[in-house]
Amino acid sequence: MSTAALPGGRVSGAKAFWARFRAGPVGGLARAIASNRKATAGFVILAIFCFLAAFPGLIAHDNPQAEIYQPTLQPSGAHLLGTTAYGQDLFAELIYSTRESLFIAVMAGALATVLSVIIGVTAAYLGGLVDNVLSLFTDIFLVIPAFPLIVVIAAYSKNGGDPIIIAVLVVTGWSYGARQLRVQALSIRNRDFLVAARLRGERRWRVIVSEMLPTMTSLIVAIFLGTTLYAIVAAAGLQFVGLGNPDSLSWGTMLYWAQNNEALQAGSPLWAIMPGVCIAMLGAAFALLNYAFDEVSNPALRPVRKRRK
Amino acid sequence: MRYVLRRLGFFVATLWACLTINFVLPRFMPGNPAVAMMDRFKGRVSGQALGALEIAFGVNNNESAIRQYFTYFGNTFTGHWGLSLTFFPDQVSHVVFSALPWTIGLVGVTTVLAFIAGTLVGMLSAWRRGGLLDSVFPPLFVIVSAFPYFFLALMGLLLFNVTLHWVPLGFGYSNTDTPGLDWHYIGDVLYHAILPATVILVTSVGGWVLTMRNNMISTLSEDYVRMARAKGLSPARIMFAYAGRNAVLPNLTGFAMSLGFVVSGAILVEYVFSYPGVGYILLSAVENEDYALMQTLFLFITVAVLIAILAMDFVTMALDPRARTQG
Repeated sequence: MSTAALPGGRVSGAKAFWARFRAGPVGGLARAIASNRKATAGFVILAIFCFLAAFPGLIAHDNPQAEIYQPTLQPSGAHLLGTTAYGQDLFAELIYSTRESLFIAVMAGALATVLSVIIGVTAAYLGGLVDNVLSLFTDIFLVIPAFPLIVVIAAYSKNGGDPIIIAVLVVTGWSYGARQLRVQALSIRNRDFLVAARLRGERRWRVIVSEMLPTMTSLIVAIFLGTTLYAIVAAAGLQFVGLGNPDSLSWGTMLYWAQNNEALQAGSPLWAIMPGVCIAMLGAAFALLNYAFDEVSNPALRPVRKRRK
Repeated sequence: MRYVLRRLGFFVATLWACLTINFVLPRFMPGNPAVAMMDRFKGRVSGQALGALEIAFGVNNNESAIRQYFTYFGNTFTGHWGLSLTFFPDQVSHVVFSALPWTIGLVGVTTVLAFIAGTLVGMLSAWRRGGLLDSVFPPLFVIVSAFPYFFLALMGLLLFNVTLHWVPLGFGYSNTDTPGLDWHYIGDVLYHAILPATVILVTSVGGWVLTMRNNMISTLSEDYVRMARAKGLSPARIMFAYAGRNAVLPNLTGFAMSLGFVVSGAILVEYVFSYPGVGYILLSAVENEDYALMQTLFLFITVAVLIAILAMDFVTMALDPRARTQG
């Protein structure tokens, strides 16, 4: 039912699979990524980090948290990036930290996107008083400076660990997307296919989920990318000032310990530089994908090709 | 007029929401950590100051929550914010007002500068599409925008302090100085502000460039720009008064939304440089579990952002006739 028969009857095996793959959404996405340089770069960086998060042990052979080496060693063959002031292997700590940093960012990004879809689309679809209340609510959350609010909430729930950080990032990160989604949902609200669905007597939530949302996929993906970027930077900042779990393995926490030991002045600058570079690279991956996505969905922004004789 | 009223109404609503968040948070958190803070106050302070704290944190169980809510509002608007634990026995209000000028000087000035510079660069790079400015800045800023502010601050410290010894490690002024209005002191303050200001400028300018550029690209293809060209107006006039003026409108609204991001980043920059502004004090308050100071600072930061947004609304009103007539 879901996969329509290909023209020309049955084509067997791999050939049919590839034809269907190319025509389907995954194939379309793959082609879009391959055809845009920014998207390719962002995708490759992200893929590398995903690999590190899944199999850190393949790359780094040391125990990331054991304080067993001589402290503050300079980079060498045995310790690629040297050791920390506690005698941990910096390279292993960096690699193993990928998992938690990536997990927090993607989790917070995804949950915040879901929340913005629920609030934004509901507001637009129901309209009237509900819309007014939800819009005001969205606008208020939009202008309250997020980081001070994050700090205040995190301060009250000290050392709550990752779930608290994710929850705080979701609370402060959903509003921008909700606003954009509301605007787009308003513009398609009275299109014929939605009127038809209503006249068929479909239930409200069904109209929203199976008729409305599929047409908004590209905006939802863009919002997810943007929110995840926000979550990467905000989570790192939160951990950097010591509001995360100080025993956890993540880049922000590494920066916290580096700052606490004045790593820059004490002759082990890599301790502070490397986690920052990783955060920036992961952030850049999402920023590049987001930027490329903008170009794909808005042709006016594509780079102009110079025509010279 | 309706526009003004609506924006003022929004200002009041947001302010109310923030006050309510401040009031509700300590009560909803499991174990109410503020109670521990109150215990540290016991025996050291008495009377009115303690009463204000009790009401702010819901420690006082003799009164109903609703009465506490109203008393809390009254205390907030009359400046009874209690005592600071970090800077004991200073009043919270005293601590806040001594930190405020530093932040307004550093963050306020750099934010306005970044907005103006970013808008100009964005305008020019869209005007000369594919030119030198356009091929260097936008991709550069995409990368920079992914850098956490505080990381850039750390790298700035490493390069200009640890390696080159050009700038001081941090703080607002040398501790050998006596604050006063003489050139030596002012020069020292500026000397300490250079690096943090540069970091905030570099990281916040990119957003303005990108949005302005994209808006400008849209307005440049409008009929009124073609009309202006056909009339033979000077390119500078077309760029500023026709395309630029219309492209900046969404950017002004964007300013309101992005201001929160800038302030967030600035807090961390102040923290890295131990700059004696609101952000640094906020984080020290968190570290010392000084909830009274923390909540007042959160309120102040939010109010500052709200006032900036309101100011932007009035600028929009001056530039955009649609805002004046329709509301």
